[in-house]
Amino acid sequence: MNDFLPIFVLLVLASGLVSLVLLISVLFGPRRRARNETKLQPYESGMRPIGPAQRRLPVRFYLIAVLFILFDIEVVFFFPWAVALRELGWAGLLSMLIFIGILEAGHFWLWRRGALEWEKMDK
Amino acid sequence: MTDWIVLGLLGVLSVASALGLLLSRNAIYAALFLVLNFVIGAVIYLVLNAPFLAVVQISVYAGAIMVLFIFVIMLLGAERLTPAENPPGLNYQRPLALILGVLALGLAAYVLLTRQASAAPVAQSVDASPTAVGLQLFRNYVFPFEVVALLLLAAMVGAVVLTRKTE
Amino acid sequence: MPVVVEVTLKSAALIFVLLTGFAYLSLLERKFIARLQARIGPNRAGPFGLLQPVADGLKLIFKESVTPKGVDKPIYFLAPALVVVPALMLFAVIPVGKGATFQLASDLNVGALYVVGVMSLAVYGIALAGWASNNKYAVLGGLRAAAQMIAYELGMGLSVAAVVLMASSASLADIVAAQYPEQYGGILGWFLFRQPVAAAIFVIAAFAEVARAPFDLVEAEQELTAGFMTEYGGMKFALFFMGEYVKMIAVSALFTTFFLGGWSGPFVNEAPILSVVYFTIKVVVCLLAFIWVRATLPRVRYDKLMDMGWKVLFPVALANVLVTAVLILLGLPGYRL
Repeated sequence: MNDFLPIFVLLVLASGLVSLVLLISVLFGPRRRARNETKLQPYESGMRPIGPAQRRLPVRFYLIAVLFILFDIEVVFFFPWAVALRELGWAGLLSMLIFIGILEAGHFWLWRRGALEWEKMDK
Repeated sequence: MTDWIVLGLLGVLSVASALGLLLSRNAIYAALFLVLNFVIGAVIYLVLNAPFLAVVQISVYAGAIMVLFIFVIMLLGAERLTPAENPPGLNYQRPLALILGVLALGLAAYVLLTRQASAAPVAQSVDASPTAVGLQLFRNYVFPFEVVALLLLAAMVGAVVLTRKTE
Repeated sequence: MPVVVEVTLKSAALIFVLLTGFAYLSLLERKFIARLQARIGPNRAGPFGLLQPVADGLKLIFKESVTPKGVDKPIYFLAPALVVVPALMLFAVIPVGKGATFQLASDLNVGALYVVGVMSLAVYGIALAGWASNNKYAVLGGLRAAAQMIAYELGMGLSVAAVVLMASSASLADIVAAQYPEQYGGILGWFLFRQPVAAAIFVIAAFAEVARAPFDLVEAEQELTAGFMTEYGGMKFALFFMGEYVKMIAVSALFTTFFLGGWSGPFVNEAPILSVVYFTIKVVVCLLAFIWVRATLPRVRYDKLMDMGWKVLFPVALANVLVTAVLILLGLPGYRL
């Protein structure tokens, strides 16, 4: 636990720094009232914004995020395996190969199916 | 003693962030409270002398799963859903949540009451280094580990099938 | 001296060095790129333009902080913090010199995992900044950034895993020790030479994670104005800027630690302070490479970028880890501890 003390201290200091920076700009920056609507309008290359900015997104972002979770879990399993491999020997490699084999079959299937093509992903 | 105090404080924080999650009307705020909750969970793991679990919690839950949540919330535009728009078909969920909640509380109370009162909160003697975790995982728990791969594969197939446009 | 005081002083010093580093890195970038483009670069503020970062900072402080209509205020202000804080947090585990004095959280046995985990948190600041801004460019920029970062995080995680495999430890101090030149004859012990594929993957993923040229689609001016920071000005913009540069320093420091032997070099045992000098030199060389690439390469197309992350980087990184494992188990000369 004590090993992690510096991390918390750094977290506190870094958050303090960021708050300070934001505070400085509030304290020293000029505050002028907006005379008209235009100043506070979101930037849309000089056009009046049409419709809300937060609209529904293409489904491919969702797919990418799900695939990321699955492969991220795969990557996380590599770390305890990597530090212990020299003790585990060939048996350790074999169990990892089975694990990877199953997942990479999935990866290959995704690939073949075109689920990894950015352009075709939501078609 | 300090362990108990720290754990108590973390417990309060954890419950507070969970309440924040429940009480936010805006789905993005709720998701951010959940991230906070996961991070506090990671700190609890640290106090319990499980640093490996703590960083995995940050990396997988806070770093990956919540990114998906945020994408989904953005994808659905669910943040603008007002209570009146709640689909009527979900009404049975409130009593169900109550029953399940009471059951979970009862289980927790049972565990708390039946376990030895003298046990220290932190297991100091257990080696929780990544090497120890790796040796355990790949020597004693190889089969569950391989099953995880199948589970992930099923999730992969599910994700692709669900996001496919119906012709 | 109580531990807390010592740690606080060390953290404060680290943050101070990083802020100064950030300020002068921005000047270095402008000067270096100017030279590459046969210009002179900033030279008005102070000798050789050395006061330019100060002038820029002061200017930003006195800017009006405009909050556009329709933004989600709490998240709009939180997002810059979520970019800067994780970038600074990365340095907690990096050994910048020989011995515990020069490493904040000394010898964490989960150091490499901590790095991967904290790096994955950087997505939030950018995605949320885009979402909260109520601007279409910002939403698109933020999402692109998030999708790009998560695609390259996998490759980066696996290249770090290969390094961990070589060192048989996830502690960054052990990783540096495993590249100790004495055992392998000079710089040949560096993982850059013993793990060239992992090093290449780490470099490519690092560019994508920091979202700099050639992977700066997040802020591709021609398509997205300024991407997720379109609606940010004054010090709030400065924070994003700072986040980008601190992260750039962080990945350079990580590359140095993982592949360039960290702080090691001749005579570090006689004069430990030299180790900090070596570390700094190596980091600055990496930073110069970063800038040079920006001046040289055009931007990659987005679909190509995503393709590369999922179809090249990730499979190659995976194969590299498995091949490394086989070579280690065979006990080949370069793969023994």
